[in-house]
Amino acid sequence: MKKSFDRFLQTQTASVVLPAVTIVLTLVLWQVGVGLFNVPRFILPAPTQILAAMNQWSPVILRHSLTTLTSTLLAFALALVGGILLGSIIGSSRLAHLCLYPLLVGFNTIPKVALVPLLAIWFGLGLIPAVITAFLLAFFPIAVNVAVGLETVEAEMRDVLRSLGASSWEIFTKVGLPHSMPYLFASLKVAISFAFVGSVISETVASNQGLGYLIVSASSSFDVPLAFAGLVALGLMGVLLYTFFAALERYVLSWRQ
Amino acid sequence: MKIIGVESMLESQRVVQSGLSSPAVSGKPVLELRHVSLQYPTKGSPITIIRDVSFSVAHSEFVSIVGPSGCGKTSLLKMMAGLNTDHGGTLYFQLQPIAGPLKSVGMAFQNPVLLPWRTTLENVLLPLEVVEPYKRTFKQNLAQHEKSALELLATVGLEGFQKAYPWQLSGGMRQRASLCRALIHQPELLLLDEPFAALDAFTREDMWEMLQRLWLRTGCTAILITHDLREAVFLSDTIYVMGPRPSEIIFSLKVDLPRPRPLEICLTDEFHRLVSEVRQHIRRSY
Repeated sequence: MKKSFDRFLQTQTASVVLPAVTIVLTLVLWQVGVGLFNVPRFILPAPTQILAAMNQWSPVILRHSLTTLTSTLLAFALALVGGILLGSIIGSSRLAHLCLYPLLVGFNTIPKVALVPLLAIWFGLGLIPAVITAFLLAFFPIAVNVAVGLETVEAEMRDVLRSLGASSWEIFTKVGLPHSMPYLFASLKVAISFAFVGSVISETVASNQGLGYLIVSASSSFDVPLAFAGLVALGLMGVLLYTFFAALERYVLSWRQ
Repeated sequence: MKIIGVESMLESQRVVQSGLSSPAVSGKPVLELRHVSLQYPTKGSPITIIRDVSFSVAHSEFVSIVGPSGCGKTSLLKMMAGLNTDHGGTLYFQLQPIAGPLKSVGMAFQNPVLLPWRTTLENVLLPLEVVEPYKRTFKQNLAQHEKSALELLATVGLEGFQKAYPWQLSGGMRQRASLCRALIHQPELLLLDEPFAALDAFTREDMWEMLQRLWLRTGCTAILITHDLREAVFLSDTIYVMGPRPSEIIFSLKVDLPRPRPLEICLTDEFHRLVSEVRQHIRRSY
């Protein structure tokens, strides 16, 4: 019995069935609990009430979702380019590492939510502060991971290329970059989530659009089911993008065991 | 097959304390070491690893360097490749002082160091993407390059594995692939740093035969670092024995066994005599 269950855990079916069971079970418990203890809907709405809100407000939620998605993807694209560039520089040059790394780490410890009011002063409300906040959150893990990927190339691997008379650029493109790919992809999954966090933080403070704004305004009018509907939309987009990058990683890094 | 009998190999002759004396070889030396020394910086006074090493290597000669651990054999090899230029004395490659990485060296390390994101074939093709003049026309001649890479892989018994990634190969297969990579661009100088140390005895002997075959075919000059005295005698024209740190060449030996040498030669009295002669000098140095 124990053995056959262990074998089941290894199957493809298990990887689909088990998470589904957990989600359904959580929702059922939630629904039953709210009903049983008579929790008012402005404290914790039941899943069915959230579903109803999603249905009722679907055009609004969709519009705000698109706003959030736009700023998130824009920021993520910028973070990808900026992070890879900065990470490559820090990872390839000892000088750049010494000069820039402490600054980078120091800057990263600042809570980005504290920057949003300043960004609003400089850039007004809406898309720009959201993109900047999301960028600032997302680019750090990318830069650090690319730098680590480059710095951990084995000296022997470098020697293989050097003994062939390869230039620094050839060593970078043929060994450094491929070696840091697994590190890059690990960071992308974190960075895309961070980008969402950044967009939503900025929208709650400095915007009149986006899911962050929707959730804050719904909560302030005690429309908690709508706020939850916004959260669900956020969660769905996050999971979708995470899945996309996980699949891309599997494809690009197919050489791995 | 131009190798056989190129060198004037007299009787196995010994040159004890051959700090300066170079072996009797014909023609201009491909590689020459003059008073090479190496210090390793520490917090206190620097440690001298190599005191004074001089010898020269003739065209198409197969040279082995043996010696105790930590005597600077690997460092010496890196100097020959131009990877380490922070040393005393001078090394010459084709009469030019070595000041930086040489352009066309084939190098195989103790670890195979294959690039894990490349298939076996792509790993073997790597030098052709980097080394002049191949790199200029790499894309145009790809089909031809692939053909010669596949031939090379076949000679080491790796046919059918060209699409495999390094993790799918066994240790011996990886090592063989790394030898192919060291040879694909037909380097003039082949530098081998204990390439077979991690292999089991049977695989290792197969690799000796294979290496001898490839070396006879390409006619390159080869330097092999090894701990295995049988390996050194089987493969070499000349063996240099380095002493313990601070090291110098304490003994050199010409191996005058006919080529190509079959594995059975390891069972002959002459072979045993040569091995024990080298061994005695390694013992004496402690």
